[in-house]
Amino acid sequence: MATVRVQAEAFEVSAEMAALTAGRVDVGGIGCFVGTVRGADIAALELEHFPGMTERAMAAIAAEAEARWSLLGCTLIHRVGRLVPGEGIVLVLAASAHRQAALDATGYLIDWLKTSAPFWKKEFRADGSHSWVAARDADDAAAARW
Amino acid sequence: MYFAWLRERLGSSSERVAMPLDVSDVAGVVTWLRTRGPAFAAAFVPENRIRCAVNQEFARPDQPVHANDEVAFFPPLTGG
Repeated sequence: MATVRVQAEAFEVSAEMAALTAGRVDVGGIGCFVGTVRGADIAALELEHFPGMTERAMAAIAAEAEARWSLLGCTLIHRVGRLVPGEGIVLVLAASAHRQAALDATGYLIDWLKTSAPFWKKEFRADGSHSWVAARDADDAAAARW
Repeated sequence: MYFAWLRERLGSSSERVAMPLDVSDVAGVVTWLRTRGPAFAAAFVPENRIRCAVNQEFARPDQPVHANDEVAFFPPLTGG
């Protein structure tokens, strides 16, 4: 069963991992990806999303991964609002009986999350200037390899 | 509905519009939007790679658009 959330608050990785596996003994491994805000030259990022569509798109990506790798569960959390460098921005967890499925599903989930869930990043620099982040073709290529 | 830099440039996040009767798909909506002033004409050009969703599902240019549909336009996605 997938957990999908869009939230302004920070996420706690260990708490989400515990929730994913609570009461189960069939999980053999959990793949984990934490995306963090990078950049010495930026003061902050602002994340915008499309309420409703974003959650639906994330749920669809999660359902696809659960079916393809027979996952025992997965968690997708994406933050919105203002974030500063070093903060966690996205969390992907994939629980499976075996490690390869958990690791592959984690890669699939983050690659597709970047290209199929409606989020947009705006960068604020130290001098007060700001600009919208441009999409990268490399992200589309990463998603397409699955 | 408009998102990200498109929302800022058009000065609007959403609007309810009456479209000409001959507009039947996403491409038709874009063609019509481009006639609504310089900001629309400048934003809706191919190199900006504006994406579309109809009723919160990604839509291609030939996707039909009906009365009361929610049509969203936005720049390429940059989440994750």
